[in-house]
This record gives sequence, structure tokens and C-alpha cells, in this order.
Amino acid sequence: MILAFLISLLLVMPGIGVSVMPGTDQASEIAGQAGNDGGSGEEVDVSEIIFEHIGDEYEWHMATWKGKDIAIPLPCIVIEDGVQVFTLHHAEEHGYKLNENGKLVNARTGKRPIDLSITKNVAALMISSLLLLVVVLITARWYKRHDALEEAPTGLAAAVEPLIAMAHEMARENIGEKDYRKFSPYLCMVFLWILFNNFLGIVPFFPGGANLTGNIAITLVLALFTFFTVNFCGTRHYYKELFNPDVPGFLKPIMPIIEVFSALMKPVSLTVRLFANMLAGHIMILCMVCTIFIVAKYGPALSGGLTLVSVLFGVFLDALECLVAFIQAYVFTTLSSIYIGLARQHEEH
Amino acid sequence: MSLVTPDLGLLFWMVVIFGTVFFLLAKFGFPIITDSLDKRNAKISKSLKDADEIAVLMSDWKVEHARLMEEARREHSAILRSATETKSRIMDEARAKARLETEKMVADAKRQIAAEKESALRDVRKEIALLSVEVAEKILRSELSDESSQRSFIDSLVDEAHQTPLHS
Repeated sequence: MILAFLISLLLVMPGIGVSVMPGTDQASEIAGQAGNDGGSGEEVDVSEIIFEHIGDEYEWHMATWKGKDIAIPLPCIVIEDGVQVFTLHHAEEHGYKLNENGKLVNARTGKRPIDLSITKNVAALMISSLLLLVVVLITARWYKRHDALEEAPTGLAAAVEPLIAMAHEMARENIGEKDYRKFSPYLCMVFLWILFNNFLGIVPFFPGGANLTGNIAITLVLALFTFFTVNFCGTRHYYKELFNPDVPGFLKPIMPIIEVFSALMKPVSLTVRLFANMLAGHIMILCMVCTIFIVAKYGPALSGGLTLVSVLFGVFLDALECLVAFIQAYVFTTLSSIYIGLARQHEEH
Repeated sequence: MSLVTPDLGLLFWMVVIFGTVFFLLAKFGFPIITDSLDKRNAKISKSLKDADEIAVLMSDWKVEHARLMEEARREHSAILRSATETKSRIMDEARAKARLETEKMVADAKRQIAAEKESALRDVRKEIALLSVEVAEKILRSELSDESSQRSFIDSLVDEAHQTPLHS
């Protein structure tokens, strides 16, 4: 799977693919052109490119061809004295414009409306969630139609089963034999969802490419789901430990504060860990790709050498990202299961 | 910066979409799969336990089997030995019987032969006696054809009778 991602990645980075193959003169020329297309004027605005890739936007920008943007238009939905739906091109007709952060604001007052637009991230979220839904339902259908006791899973089921088994096993180990079944679907869901979107994030073209798991809103929601699961399903023992832990008298007033604070910090750490890891990975890969375009003007020898170096680093970082994509999904799920396991502890422990 | 400020729209959609997908999969997706996995795990561990038990049984059986084999082998050799013994005994007996029989037959034959011989001898003797009487008669007849010879013969007979003891 990882290999497939890597290969697809290399295939769709025309800048890299082309510039490595021919001689250095041609390479720099092509790279220069690509740089001109990507940025504005001679200079390559790296931070703009990077922020465009890792950020969110109101249409799905895919490529720039001869100065024209090729993008999938997405519906903008704003709520401000009623619901309005339009595409970005018609924003001004509806009295909205983009502010300096690239967000829709009221053209007159400059205020942010309630913005429920189907942005690039939301569209990617829908696509990947639908994909996940279909994949898991097909797998479930296999188990409904076959006797898993008699035959080994085939096709999609064989691919998805180990992942689900992994999450299920995590639930059992960390939550305990007694009531892990109740939480296993949530952990399976979190694990598969993060894994799915991490990998889709690495794929640089259409259905992938959105920086979903590197977006703090997404990871915040995931962490909050875990937080609420933990704190709504806690046992009496868990709440007693939280508010009235068994400690010497002089610590009594301090401990609840520390405990509650740590309980609140758990979702924050979950949020930031996943967000920062994925974001950093995306930024590093983008930097490597941008290096090729930045060095294009420094003459054939230097730019050719640096291009080769950055391609090698890019490949290395992509491989690393595949590893990180898995590890982060695993870590998030494991920590969630551990938190739930702690909340499900009973007196005898 | 917008990078670390969560976007409200995205939050909203994430909650809705993640929640929906989670609801659907938690109802129709994951439990089916994990139940099958649990069942299979249970079956695998049960099969392993069964296999262990069977292995123990098998080793018991092996011991039992070896014991039975040993016993059978012992019995087999015992039967063979006794059969050989019986065979040689029967042969000895048969041989002894045969010898006795033969000896008896030989003795019978000898006896018969002796009897035959006796009777044959007797016959021969009788024949000889008759023959000699006949011969004597013929001789006498030829010798006593004239008077003188008869007289002389009578004389000799009388002499003989005188010479022999009185009672003859």
C-alpha cells in the first residue's frame, strides 16, 4: 500500500519526474517554467505555495496551466440573515469578499458570517469518509456472507481486517475484557479514519492532497470525541479519583485541580500531537518540492545538483510520512483507548 | 494565524460527517467484523487447546500401543515356542510309535518266517522219510528177489536184533 502511494506520488509530481530525467540544462529550464507558473513573477513565493497547500480554500485548486487556475468550484454556504449558497466566483454578487486570511467576510461590514461552506477540506472530508464507509461496509458484507470460521477473508476484507483487528485488540488490551466491546467500534473508527486521511493527505492529487489530519479543527473534533467518550463513560471510581483522590490531607486541595487540569489537557495533547505531526510532514515535503523551483535560477550545475538532492530528500520524506501516517493513527487510537481504559477502572484495581 | 485557530465551518462539518459515518459503521460495520474476529479468535484458541489435549491423549495412546505391541510380540513368540515344542513332541511320539510298530512287524515276520521254516522242514523231513522208505523198499525188493538173499537178510536182521538191547 505504502509503495503504491509512493509510486503514485512520484508519477504526479511532474516537476520532479521530468527534471530528473533529462540533462541539467533542460531540467533547470523546465523547473524555471514551472516556478514561473506556480508563483507570481520571477520569484517563487514559497510560503504562499505552502500555505495554499496546507490551508483551506473555497475551491479545490488542482493546477495552474498557462496562467489559468484549474479548480473544482465548491459551494460556499454562509448564514447571516438567512442562508446563502454561491460559488467563490459569484461571492461579490452576494456581497461577500475574501479577507487577507482568505476567508469570506461581509463586503460591507467586514465581519465573518457563520461560514458552513463546503471548502476543500470539507469536500475531502466527505470523499474520504464516504470511501471509508464503503470500504468498511463492503468488508462487513464479506463477513455477513461468509463464515469467517471456515474461510480466510479475501479481497478488501483481507486488507481491512488486520487494521480493524489491530484497533480491536488495542481496545481489549487497554480497556479490559469486561466492557471493551462497547468502545471497540469507536476506536476502530478513529484508527481507520485517521489512517485513511493521513494516507490520502500524502497523495498529492485530487481525492487526496487535502491537509485534513494536519488541520487543527479536524484533530480537535477527534480529540473532543475521545474526551467526551472518556468523561461520559467514566466509572464512579474515575470521578472519585478526579475530584477526591486518595492522598494525604495536605494535598487534598491541590490534587483535584491538578487532576482536572490533566483531564482537560489530554484532548489538547491529542489534538496538537496529530495536527503538528501531520502538518510538519506536509510542510517538509512541500519545502523539498519548492527547493527545486527556488534553485532553478542559480544555473544548471547548482540547480541540477540541488534538484537531485531535494528529490532524494523528497522521496525519503515521503517514505517517512507513510511511516508517520501509520504511527500517528496508531498513537491517537492507543492513547484514546488508554484514556477510556483509565475511566473504566473499578474500585478493585 | 488561521493555522492554529479552528475553523467553525470545518468543525461543524467534521462533527456531522464523522458522527454520521461513525453511527453507520458502529451499527452496520464494525460490530459484524469484530464479532467474526472474536469468534475466530475463540475458535483458534479452542482448537489449539484441543490440539494440546489430543497430543497428550496421543502420547498416552502411543505408550499404550507400545505396551500392547510388546505384549503381542511376547505372546507371539510364546505361541511360536509352544507350537515348536508341540510339533517336536508329536514328531517324537510319532517316531517312537513308528519304531514300536516296525519292531512288532519285524518280530511278527521273524516269527512267521520261523514257523514257515519249521513247517517247511517238517514237510521236507516227511518227504525224505517217505522217499527213504520207498528207496529202502525198492532196494529191499531188488535185494530180496532170490531166496538166499532173503535168508541172509533175515539172518542179519536177527543178528541185529540180538546185538541191540532187549526191548527194541
